[in-house]
Amino acid sequence: MTNTWQDIKNANVVIVMGGNAAEAHPCGFKWVVEAKIENKAKLIVVDPRFTRTASVADVYAPIRPGTDIAFLSGLMRYLLTNDAIQHEYVRAYTNASLIVKDGFAFEDGLFSGYNEEKRSYDKSSWDYELDEQGYAKSDDTWQNPRCVINLLKSHVDRYTPEMVSRICGTPQDKYLEICKLIATTSAPDKALTSLFALGWTQHSVGAQNIRTMAMVQLLLGNIGVAGGGMNALRGHSNIQGLTDIGLLSASLPGYMNMPKDSEVTFDKYMETKLFKPLRPGQTSYWQNYRKFFVSFQKAMFGSAATAENNWAYDYLPKLDVDGYDILRAFEMMNNKQMNGYICQGFNPMQAFPDRGKIRRGLSNLKYLVVMDPLDTETANFWQDYGPQNPSKPTEIQTEVFQLPTTCFAEENGTLVNSARWLQWHWKAADAPGQAKTDLWIIAGLYNRMKAMYAKDGGAFPDALLNLTWTYADPHEPEPEEVAKEMNGRALADVNDPATGAPLLKAGQQLDAFAQLRDDGTTMSGCWIFAGSFTDKGNMTARRDATDPREAGIAPNWAWAWPANRRILYNRASANPEGKAWNPAKPVIEWNGSKWVGVDVPDYGPTVKPSDSVGPFIMNQEGQARLFARGLMNEGPFPEHYEPFESPSENVLHPKVKNNPAARLFASDKEHMGASADFPYVGTTYRLTEHFHYWTKHALINAILQPEEFVEIGEALAKEKGIEQGGWVKVSSKRGQVICKAFVTKRIKPLMVDGKPTHVIGCPIHWGFTGVARKGYGANTLTPFVGDANTNTPEFKAFLLNIEKTSAPPAVDVAQGPRDAQGVPKSLTKMGSL
Amino acid sequence: MSYPKGTIVRNSTLTLVNHWITGLCFVLLTLSGLAMFHPVFFWLSNLFGSGQWMRALHPWLGVCLIVSFLGLFIQFWRDNLWNRDDVEWAKSLDKVLDNREEEVPPVGRFNAGQKAVFWGMALIIPVLFVTGILIWEVYFGDATSIETQRVAVLIHSMAAIGAILIWITHVYAALWVKGSMRAMLHGWVTPGWAHRHHRKWFRSLVASGSPGPTPDSTAKFRD
Amino acid sequence: MADLQSQDYIRRSATNLTPPSVRHHELEVAKLIDVSRCIGCKACQSACMEWNNLRPEMEEFQGAYENPHDLNPGTWTLMRFAEYEDEQGNLEWLIRKDGCMHCEDPGCLKACPAPGAIVQYANGIVDFISENCIGCGYCVKGCPFNIPRISAQDHKSYKCTLCSDRVGVGLEPACVKTCPTGAIMFGSKDDMKDWAGERIAELKERGFQNAGLYDPPEVGGTHVMYVLHHADKPSLYSGLPDKPHISALVGAWKGFLKPVALAGLAFAAVGAFVHSIVAGPNETTEADEAHARLEMEKAKRNGSAES
Repeated sequence: MTNTWQDIKNANVVIVMGGNAAEAHPCGFKWVVEAKIENKAKLIVVDPRFTRTASVADVYAPIRPGTDIAFLSGLMRYLLTNDAIQHEYVRAYTNASLIVKDGFAFEDGLFSGYNEEKRSYDKSSWDYELDEQGYAKSDDTWQNPRCVINLLKSHVDRYTPEMVSRICGTPQDKYLEICKLIATTSAPDKALTSLFALGWTQHSVGAQNIRTMAMVQLLLGNIGVAGGGMNALRGHSNIQGLTDIGLLSASLPGYMNMPKDSEVTFDKYMETKLFKPLRPGQTSYWQNYRKFFVSFQKAMFGSAATAENNWAYDYLPKLDVDGYDILRAFEMMNNKQMNGYICQGFNPMQAFPDRGKIRRGLSNLKYLVVMDPLDTETANFWQDYGPQNPSKPTEIQTEVFQLPTTCFAEENGTLVNSARWLQWHWKAADAPGQAKTDLWIIAGLYNRMKAMYAKDGGAFPDALLNLTWTYADPHEPEPEEVAKEMNGRALADVNDPATGAPLLKAGQQLDAFAQLRDDGTTMSGCWIFAGSFTDKGNMTARRDATDPREAGIAPNWAWAWPANRRILYNRASANPEGKAWNPAKPVIEWNGSKWVGVDVPDYGPTVKPSDSVGPFIMNQEGQARLFARGLMNEGPFPEHYEPFESPSENVLHPKVKNNPAARLFASDKEHMGASADFPYVGTTYRLTEHFHYWTKHALINAILQPEEFVEIGEALAKEKGIEQGGWVKVSSKRGQVICKAFVTKRIKPLMVDGKPTHVIGCPIHWGFTGVARKGYGANTLTPFVGDANTNTPEFKAFLLNIEKTSAPPAVDVAQGPRDAQGVPKSLTKMGSL
Repeated sequence: MSYPKGTIVRNSTLTLVNHWITGLCFVLLTLSGLAMFHPVFFWLSNLFGSGQWMRALHPWLGVCLIVSFLGLFIQFWRDNLWNRDDVEWAKSLDKVLDNREEEVPPVGRFNAGQKAVFWGMALIIPVLFVTGILIWEVYFGDATSIETQRVAVLIHSMAAIGAILIWITHVYAALWVKGSMRAMLHGWVTPGWAHRHHRKWFRSLVASGSPGPTPDSTAKFRD
Repeated sequence: MADLQSQDYIRRSATNLTPPSVRHHELEVAKLIDVSRCIGCKACQSACMEWNNLRPEMEEFQGAYENPHDLNPGTWTLMRFAEYEDEQGNLEWLIRKDGCMHCEDPGCLKACPAPGAIVQYANGIVDFISENCIGCGYCVKGCPFNIPRISAQDHKSYKCTLCSDRVGVGLEPACVKTCPTGAIMFGSKDDMKDWAGERIAELKERGFQNAGLYDPPEVGGTHVMYVLHHADKPSLYSGLPDKPHISALVGAWKGFLKPVALAGLAFAAVGAFVHSIVAGPNETTEADEAHARLEMEKAKRNGSAES
């Protein structure tokens, strides 16, 4: 979230698209209700289904899964043609005026620089025209046809209301009603907030879905203001923390990049991370990358990281591919290129697409370690659970180690919520049985490996042997110790570079990332967390809910990264002169000598408005990007590409149907279905009664939603003779699910390119472990392809068939693979550490 | 069962047993039913151990009642068929009530009043049974709609009140007409009792030489 | 706690005594369910299960979001989901939290034959006192909202208590505490009506011309009220009764019939007694016996003559 949950109450219009906030985030949704009641906000819901969120919406429009970019591009066209943009904001705070290189082009669905063989782009033409000083050229009059705003206008011009309706199946009147309502927020004192979640990310164009909405928000002047923003509602309580701490294979903590194998030296690595300003006088905060990186290396390797050895740059692994994302990992398992897997708090048998492929991959492993509080499907993948998991244990040689872990209520620690708040939580109960904390387990693994390397040596033991491990109890580090380490501290006395005044004594916890140094005198495990655990104490444990101006900002409740800032880009909440666009809801304003307000300025606190420093200080141009330059893999402007499984042609450019930059493994190509065999559009989602695959282990949740089902419209049910609550067989090219059907008025056939298109909704929650009724899991059906930038799987749009059937054979699982004590009968297959 | 010499058998042993089972069921049903009908009678639930026990027993007693009553019905229905004598008898009801029975036209084994009791019960007990089934929560609570059960419970209550009123008449008549209790406790009446209250019945027995309770009984009249 | 609470009774089933009235300084409470704010997340349903230690049977999926499919002895509140399309074809998903309405004039209490099995407190809450419940199911027949359910295990009747145990110590009901969107509010009935008034005005502004408060006067008002967008058609919300009232049949059974029946029984008993005084016993006289003997002997003679 750029903003916070509480801040939603400041919105004038709320759009929930690419998510189902009421259903998946019922607690946070209270702020939408608050906005409606206290701010008379209007709620728009765009979703293939009439959801629980839609049930309290002012306007609802259906949309075909996977066509959001067409919808939103049409919306941009509407705003541009109806002059419903916030001109001053767009001109001053976005790159609308900057001039794009001549080589940049878009034709027949492809941007300039495409390499069909590699399925990737040479992005060199996706950039600005630079002047002699290396600054981007600009035309503030917007006369130059090559300036971003004009290129954008012509790019989205194809998305007429007719075209949007033809692609999305959204009725034109509803679509225009929504455009009109959203356009009202182009007024400087009105804000639209966008609440989205996996309904946007889980597409082969996921990142571009979100980016398109971000562009809408920029045109409307809604980024940085109270009640505005792009608000990703996170699907796990700590998934924000996962990305913050760099658990993605190509990331380092704090959104730094893992080195590539082409970056053989530290200097080479740093070459692409200089981030020189692209406009005069801009901040370009990523210029401090070296400070963040060196401090990270000092946190990792302590005194072993020195200026002489380039801060132990060589200790870091180098990526030989774009990233070892999960899709790639399972592809490698299937190809027997990966033979061991550690699954920590992760249940890929339920959570990753094409369950058959996941199962085959796990079956190829030599060993699988599962660290989880629950008895997951992944840990049990090798057992025969009947049709819901038809494994043949005798044919699987994978050794499975199940290491029961504590859950959140059984340990101290932080969770980072959607609003980037690090919130400390306290242990409430002892863990049952032999469950241990993840820290205990990881420390145990580390200490044993270190001892083995120390004793036996190895190819390259240095990184492991020199890892900083200075915890009081090396066998079980305290969460507080780790939190302090992530915050960082001074390793030597640190002085103010300008005045020479002492800032920090050696050993002192950092107060802010501005104190980081690239000379090895500071360390920080995750630079964006600097300030979360200072010498004043654990900031994340603060629980003062006081909201001084009732603005939706309680600065002393927990701690938000970066720098306890609650609204990112909040400089943009004020006009270039420093006055709030919306005087009723100011965030920060210039008081003549500094920036003051309810939030921590996302800006130099004393930088004068007259200095013309852009509010988007992380960008080299100081402006937000309507034109993304090279940061997106499939193009600097968003473009509608059909999902990889789609019932429709790409009416805009039939030759380029799908995302041309998305990666599709050859073996998965064969497992893509055609609409002739699988004529219906499938989509997966959560229900409010359950949390992923966890709560099927909890009796109350199981009572509230006991059994697997799919949702279909009345028209499709009639066509296929399916009764309410009757058994159906739902199949894709990859597998089939036999479950109950819920026939509903809430899904209606959509007229797509003149053809009625039926949608089948597949809730994801049921599996073969837990107390709820056994289910096949919706991921049995889903395709093994991901977003071109993130490789997030395309769970939200694929092809299905559905037939009426009878109940699957019942297999009494409780009697089957488990004995009376609940211990797997074939325990002999399991090892122990 | 042996009878004193010179008496007439009014009711067979089977009838006596059957009657008193029926009567016991009826009394218990009345006690428990009234307890559930009106708060002033709820204390009667203590007779059954507790309210729960009472609630549980009441419908089973009802089942017993209808089975038992069926036995009585089979034994009595023929002698309770309505005839012209009953009309005449009924016209003289004032004399009956005034104990001037010698002025009342003679009747057979049962008079019109007794027949009214019989048919009244024969009509009401099945109604109570059927409506009772509909409101028997444990087994049939979900079988019918609540509205049906509301109708049933109202009919059940009204029918029960009707049955109790008949029962009061029945009991009082038995106490009022001396010798009746003995007829139902021991089975026999004196010839004078039979002559006074059921002369046609008496004469039919005398004519057939049967000791009772019906003229076609095979035994010979005893001296 | 029951001892003190018994002083708060203003109504007690199957009891004709004057209820205690000293502790009269108590506000009437109400739970207000704002259907227009409800997202059907079932948090209330799970909170109810948690607080009251209820775990009803896990059912199968039966073609509806209602789970369990109906109220039952272990499900005191249930989210009901109705898909409604108006004349223009606009779809609405009307979600309603079902449960005891805590009527001011409770039909269950009226129907209950067991003294003190159903009580109403001065704050308006209607509570089932299980130790007095005999399991007859009369409350089911008395209720205009089809709420109470009889347990097959213990033969007691169960329904929402409005968390009388929590309210009694100054807490809000569990469902209210847990509701994430503030769709369930709790307070004095007057305050809830005021708040409902604001909500209704806002809904009217949003185009719900028939928005209104559901506080049916036919049962004297209720201590659980709804803000409905379509207050003109409550039955759209999964059969919420348009005009709930205690059935006339129940009224006859528990009203008219009781005194009439008592009078009838008393009349019969008194009548019999009077008759026994006035007319005296009907005894068989010696003359009757003589007549009988005469006839018997005559018959005997005739019989022997024939033979």
